[in-house]
Amino acid sequence: MSKDKFTILKSTAVPLPVENIDTDQIIPARFLKATTREGFGENLFRDWRFTSDNQPVKDFVLNNPAFGGKILVAGKNFGCGSSREHAAWAIYDYGFRVVVSSFFADIFKNNALNNAVLPVVVSDKFLQTLLEAIQQNPKTEVTVDLINQQISVNGKSEKFEINAYKKECLINGYDDIDYLLSLNKEIREFDLAH
Amino acid sequence: MSEQKPKTIFEKIWDAHVVKRADGYPDALFIDRHFIHEVTSPQAFDGLRKRGIKVFNVNRTTATADHNVPTKDQHLPIKEALSRHQVETLRKNCKEFGVELYDLGHPFQGIVHIIGPELGLTQPGMTMVCGDSHTSTHGAFGSVAFGIGTSEVEQVLATQCILQYKPKTMKIEINGKLGKGVVSKDIILYIISKISASGATGFFVEYAGDAIRNLSMEARMTICNMSIEMGARGGLIAPDETTFRYMKGRRFAPQGEAFDKAVEKWKQLPSDEGAVYDVVLKYDAADIEPMITYGTNPGMGMKVTDRIPTVEELKEINEQASFKKSLDYMGLEPGSALLGKPVDYVFIGSCTNARIEDLRLVASIVKGKKKAENVEVWVIPGSKQVEEQALKEGLNKVFEEAGFELRGPGCSACLGMNEDKVPPGKYCISTSNRNFEGRQGPKSRTFLASPLSAAVAAITGKVTDVREFI
Ligand code: SF4
Repeated sequence: MSKDKFTILKSTAVPLPVENIDTDQIIPARFLKATTREGFGENLFRDWRFTSDNQPVKDFVLNNPAFGGKILVAGKNFGCGSSREHAAWAIYDYGFRVVVSSFFADIFKNNALNNAVLPVVVSDKFLQTLLEAIQQNPKTEVTVDLINQQISVNGKSEKFEINAYKKECLINGYDDIDYLLSLNKEIREFDLAH
Repeated sequence: MSEQKPKTIFEKIWDAHVVKRADGYPDALFIDRHFIHEVTSPQAFDGLRKRGIKVFNVNRTTATADHNVPTKDQHLPIKEALSRHQVETLRKNCKEFGVELYDLGHPFQGIVHIIGPELGLTQPGMTMVCGDSHTSTHGAFGSVAFGIGTSEVEQVLATQCILQYKPKTMKIEINGKLGKGVVSKDIILYIISKISASGATGFFVEYAGDAIRNLSMEARMTICNMSIEMGARGGLIAPDETTFRYMKGRRFAPQGEAFDKAVEKWKQLPSDEGAVYDVVLKYDAADIEPMITYGTNPGMGMKVTDRIPTVEELKEINEQASFKKSLDYMGLEPGSALLGKPVDYVFIGSCTNARIEDLRLVASIVKGKKKAENVEVWVIPGSKQVEEQALKEGLNKVFEEAGFELRGPGCSACLGMNEDKVPPGKYCISTSNRNFEGRQGPKSRTFLASPLSAAVAAITGKVTDVREFI
């Protein structure tokens, strides 16, 4: 898959201060039946967003026209549970390019990175600062600077960690398979010896 | 000779599979065994097609249809169009790429994590992956097994390798004797309730201690299966005589002399004396009681006789909102007890607890009894082989007389992708592994528990302490 390149993003953000958001909430299992990667955004947070008769749930943040943007700010342990990459596809397809949380589940983090969605880990304190800023003024812009590994809002900023290899992949739009395919000969030898 | 640093079993297996380690790059880790199912593979096969490449080594790849399959009338075409399309896509892909498929109706079909071990495909010392988080199940044999996303499925199909950073290591030791009515599901629910749904994120767990050693292979699989529910990358148990006994004679296990040789190799796997873990946790088996979950993540568990915490009892203030939301969803009051709470459904199934031993355990409890009027009971064997064995042993008759429905194998109401869904607002006591909102069907409410607890609830129609029963 050709990937978007990511360097710096300045955008408004959507607050979702719920902890332990599992991938079953991000995209419920009954929507995993597609055989392509597209179209999952429609069902992102389906059961929080819509009632069982498909009416929008008014007080859910994605249905609140005041909030929007390419950054999702969520509570601790985001993306736990199932390994379904459909969760990352749904987030991407909906239009998010960054998810900010104080803690991510491992598999989700990998899946996001493999799909040009940047997971940004911030301190609990900075998460609160972000959430408060956005909730007070939904027009608040958040800047995510991958090159300098820094996230900023209203003049406050925090550094974030990202693995150097993954950073390079995101900046250049590379994916892991390109690298692994370049090891073909070594892998063949390894396979034969085992 | 230079002195070797003592290693954990995890490090031994991992290090032996690194094809390339380069500064600043994740390890290129060779994968011995790759399992495929219909939900997380179609986009990966598409990727291969787009790049014009083949599967690297089909002999290391095995596919089955499990997540989406009906559990009734499995011989008929799948009714639901999208599910049918997904299973047909798997068929098409396996055929095109030459991958062995245990399709619906095949005697080896079943939940991917049940069939690997029962066929002897799962072996000590291996690296194993599947586009499914419960791949950790296979760790029970002393293998490094973990779940991956679809992009990674594509990596493994294309190159038999995956790019991964080596996780940290955690040892969880359980010593002592388990109490009456306590089974391996209670052990793992207990651990998760102690360390939370994210307590092992970033770690690969090794379970040890005599309480673990004394467990059967099937019981060990239940524990490793739920490693992911505390966020762990995977969980494993060092192989021993119990492991070798289980493996011997399995279809794809080494046979004859090759088996004895393999055993000699496998005996080298257990962690060296003095090996260092990043974290070590110890629990006393005697403290573990029959467990049940009350909330919407597997960390929200308690002894079945306990009461749910109150909001004030929570350690962290910013957990309060999520806690309230969760109990609201469950329709439960903070501070209340669950004992005696009526349930509507009982689900005995999933890769956590649908092996023959689980079915036998349930049958031993319900033999000669009838289910309560208010409950519907589904028994979904983990595989075709489990189903066949249950029939051979006459367990089907026990279930039938009790009013339980024994169906065909698959994931079923563990995730409700097929027709088997718990209706909105209904309570289900379930032997599966996840109690997330809507996991068993939109607005369904799940209590996770052991097969023993589920069987007893089926008879009484409510949450019951198994110890009053046995
Ligand atoms: S039984 Fe449940 S947890 Fe296990 S593989 Fe199937 S859906 Fe996943």
